[in-house]
Amino acid sequence: MIQIVDLHKSFGGKKVLDGLNLDIKKGETVVVIGQSGSGKSVLIKHLIGIIRPDKGEIFIDGTEICCLSEDDFFKLRKRFGMLFQGAALFDSLTVGQNVAFGLERYRDFSEEEKQKIVRESLARVGLRGVEDLMPHELSGGMKKRVGLARAIAYKPEIILYDEPSTGIDPIRADAINDLIIQMKKEMGVTSIVITHDMVSAYKIADRIAMLYEGKIIEEGTPEEIEKTENEIVQQFIHGQAKGPIKEW
Amino acid sequence: MTMSNRTKIPSYLMFFEQLGEIGILLARTLRNFFRKPWERELFLQQLEEIGVRSLPVVSLTAAFGGLVFGLQTYIGFHRYIGQGSEAYGGPIISLGLTKELIPILVGLMVTGRVGSAMAAEIGTMRITEQVDALYTLGADPNRYLVVPRTMASIIMLPCLTLYGDIIGIACGYFYNALMGVNRTLYWRNTLLYLELWDIVSGLIKALIFGLVIAIIGCWQGLNAEGGAEGVGRATTRTVVIASISILILNFFLSRMLPANIG
Ligand SMILES: Nc1ncnc2c1ncn2[C@@H]1O[C@H](COP(=O)(O)OP(=O)(O)O)[C@@H](O)[C@H]1O
Ligand SMILES: [Mg+2]
Repeated sequence: MIQIVDLHKSFGGKKVLDGLNLDIKKGETVVVIGQSGSGKSVLIKHLIGIIRPDKGEIFIDGTEICCLSEDDFFKLRKRFGMLFQGAALFDSLTVGQNVAFGLERYRDFSEEEKQKIVRESLARVGLRGVEDLMPHELSGGMKKRVGLARAIAYKPEIILYDEPSTGIDPIRADAINDLIIQMKKEMGVTSIVITHDMVSAYKIADRIAMLYEGKIIEEGTPEEIEKTENEIVQQFIHGQAKGPIKEW
Repeated sequence: MTMSNRTKIPSYLMFFEQLGEIGILLARTLRNFFRKPWERELFLQQLEEIGVRSLPVVSLTAAFGGLVFGLQTYIGFHRYIGQGSEAYGGPIISLGLTKELIPILVGLMVTGRVGSAMAAEIGTMRITEQVDALYTLGADPNRYLVVPRTMASIIMLPCLTLYGDIIGIACGYFYNALMGVNRTLYWRNTLLYLELWDIVSGLIKALIFGLVIAIIGCWQGLNAEGGAEGVGRATTRTVVIASISILILNFFLSRMLPANIG
């Protein structure tokens, strides 16, 4: 469903993605792992056109997305939901308005139905009665969950999760793992999840891909990754300071 | 991963690059003026923020602008032409205020109050990924952020200027009346020599200043990078660039806009 071919991206002469290839099948959950600053966020921002590639192609259902018209791009973005690393809640809007934001623009619901979906989406991430709070009144973990509720509210087919469990306590983090699995089972959602948390990666992933120096250096099922002989991947998944990865 | 191969762009080219960025933003914004859907709510909010909330500072600056202009004109006439001629200062004061001083004062005040706030607000949204989130959730950041601000700004600056004209002229008159100038003669001269076009050309300037303030504030905000420090930089730059642009543009507008020299 998503094919990334030879993707290159630099910022001010600094190479972040350097010929990256990755295929994602429909209904699959792919976990992308890699060091901080290796370009994981940059990678998923390419998929919805927030960042444009310097070189390379991205196909969604066989269509190259670089040259879509504004209207086609709008239709494409409607199919994507994204949880941002820092939640990115609109701080001038209430929690309820935040969750309703995509719903208002992508779907056509009555005010009543909208409120119902907002409540349901918040309940899915374990939040109740917070609709009228402002984002600055929430803790970091709560913001992340509101961000997640906002991303799933309009029922996108593909959800991009940028570090969904970072900054969240272990119990809630596991609840988010369950939510990701549930979204896939109930609605056949295709997911791309960025995480540093290997426990979570093993639990939710159909496939794990490791990003290193601008490329996917290894990909496979959790079992394959666990047994890999690639030393870089081993060092990362076992969290060892000593190994081939020196830079930090 | 090193920074060594970073391409250095010479600074004179950067100026043109930035001018290009502003041009593109301006073109996109003006095009979106005529496209639905409009963010009506946000537009009304901006009208209030830019217009209503600028009234106190515009009142104050226009009042003292009018007073000091009245003062110096009074002295000028008194010194060079003599006692009794001060009543001819009326049209000079009004002309100077409506065509130059008030539009500039309003432009600079709104730059400090509103232009800087636009850069800070949009800059914060930019670095916290809220701008990306808008885009992801189906709202074009240009239509959602830039269009309401620009539209409100080009509507409100002429309004504020007209309001400032009235306050300024009243205060210029007030000062002269206080100094014992012949009031009837002062008003008659003012009404006789001040033309509608003088006021209108000041309003045209204000409209252009409004466009400059909003576009530069939004441009700086949308391009902010590098955390809180970057937002601070965007804010400062907005004030500097917009203020200088207003002063320079003002001169050329004064040259270009026809003036009836009778
Ligand atoms: N908009 C941008 N402008 C300049 N540099 C950027 C931008 N976005 C990301 N980068 C740089 O790209 C690199 C990868 O960032 P990111 O994808 O956020 O890493 P991570 O893998 O931790 O998510 C970082 O060095 C970052 O500084
Ligand atoms: Mg990241």
